[in-house]
Amino acid sequence: MAVQQGITSGRRELERFRDPELVRRLLARAQRLAQRAADRLGHRPVIMEVCGTHTVALSRSGLRNALADAVELKSGPGCPVCVTDYRDIDLMLALARLPGVTIATFGDMLRVPGSNSSLERERAQGAAVEVFYSPDDAVALAAARPDRQVIFLGVGFETTAPVVGASLEQAAAQGLTNFSVFSAHKTVPPVMRALLADPELGLDGFLLPGHVSTIIGRRAFSFLGEEYGVPAAITGFEPVDILLGLSAVLAQLVAGEARVVNCYGRVVREEGNPRAQAVIDRCFAPAEASWRGIGTVPESGLALRPAYAAFDAAKRFPVSVPPPVIPRGCRCGELLRGKIKPTQCGLFGRACTPERPVGPCMVSSEGACAAYYLYGGRETETD
Amino acid sequence: MQVVEVKEEETALVESFGVQRLVRTRLVGPVQPGEFLMVHAGYAIEKIDQEEAAERLKLWEELLADEEAWAGGT
Repeated sequence: MAVQQGITSGRRELERFRDPELVRRLLARAQRLAQRAADRLGHRPVIMEVCGTHTVALSRSGLRNALADAVELKSGPGCPVCVTDYRDIDLMLALARLPGVTIATFGDMLRVPGSNSSLERERAQGAAVEVFYSPDDAVALAAARPDRQVIFLGVGFETTAPVVGASLEQAAAQGLTNFSVFSAHKTVPPVMRALLADPELGLDGFLLPGHVSTIIGRRAFSFLGEEYGVPAAITGFEPVDILLGLSAVLAQLVAGEARVVNCYGRVVREEGNPRAQAVIDRCFAPAEASWRGIGTVPESGLALRPAYAAFDAAKRFPVSVPPPVIPRGCRCGELLRGKIKPTQCGLFGRACTPERPVGPCMVSSEGACAAYYLYGGRETETD
Repeated sequence: MQVVEVKEEETALVESFGVQRLVRTRLVGPVQPGEFLMVHAGYAIEKIDQEEAAERLKLWEELLADEEAWAGGT
């Protein structure tokens, strides 16, 4: 069954999405379109990316700086760790302190500060906190350690929810009684509606998340054009993808159109991935969720369905926490609403760095502050 | 990541930049050796359509050539 041929040629195909010459030509084209859009709008077009991977890709590729004079790029609530509310973090920390409990988590959560601790600090003080690449590994740990209650921290958007759901179904099939999920999953379309309800948002278009769209499909975002008259494009994460996505938004601004264009057709289908959607639907039900900086958004969370109550950490291990203490000066909330850029926060690069983060946007590898810090954000852009 | 070998229990051996690993395929259904997969947290979440990618790049090359010729006044 092994394949020898095709690996190289297939990869070479994908590497063309990073081809410097093609990037240079598409960048020039995007700049021309941005100028025409600016002429029509009367201001530099403002485009928000709602995906932490885009945030990082824009910074790492240098495109954010290369486009700074032509387009104002804003980061939205696209980093799952960053949008996780303080109270949820505090609840996770309280779970970590319970005797006999092992917390299983994706690595990004480890250093996120709660009110007065983090999972990393709890681990240093003796709590059992294990980092996993896949929730399947947490299920395997539960199977191997019947003496421990393994709680997986479900943090992520529509991309992560089906993976956690599939692991949950596997744990159920194995009859495990020592595996549960703390579901802090969130869904993107409802929070975009919440953002668009803010009359001061001042956005001209959206760059939509490629991985989330892989699961929910282009159609799930079509309300942006149809109901709000905002142009958008779904795209991938290579420089060519990003330039094609931005150009698709800019071209609509020039033409006065508002649709959701799929520029990531090699992965994203019109209706998304039905198998993944079915897993989400079997395991989770839409629920109200609290987003950092944005507040409570109806139907924007995913709670475990009653059939999985035995695997619901929130039900099995009810812990209570006092109201959260938010660090003075931290402006992650405003950043996640598109109100400011990282460089406009007084703590950025001074009191708050990736080594000593104050807010989650500096902790997560997908956080806007970490991306600006690591790859540079133009100081002159802090207007 | 490219499928190298299809295993039992909805699992496939995939390869990326010379590194091989196992991924779950139950979210995408049956896969074939040679197919490219988008993988997230140990699960394939979609198959990558290489033909679509090649076609799209070709169209852009043509469009750019037209636009640049026009912009250059030739």
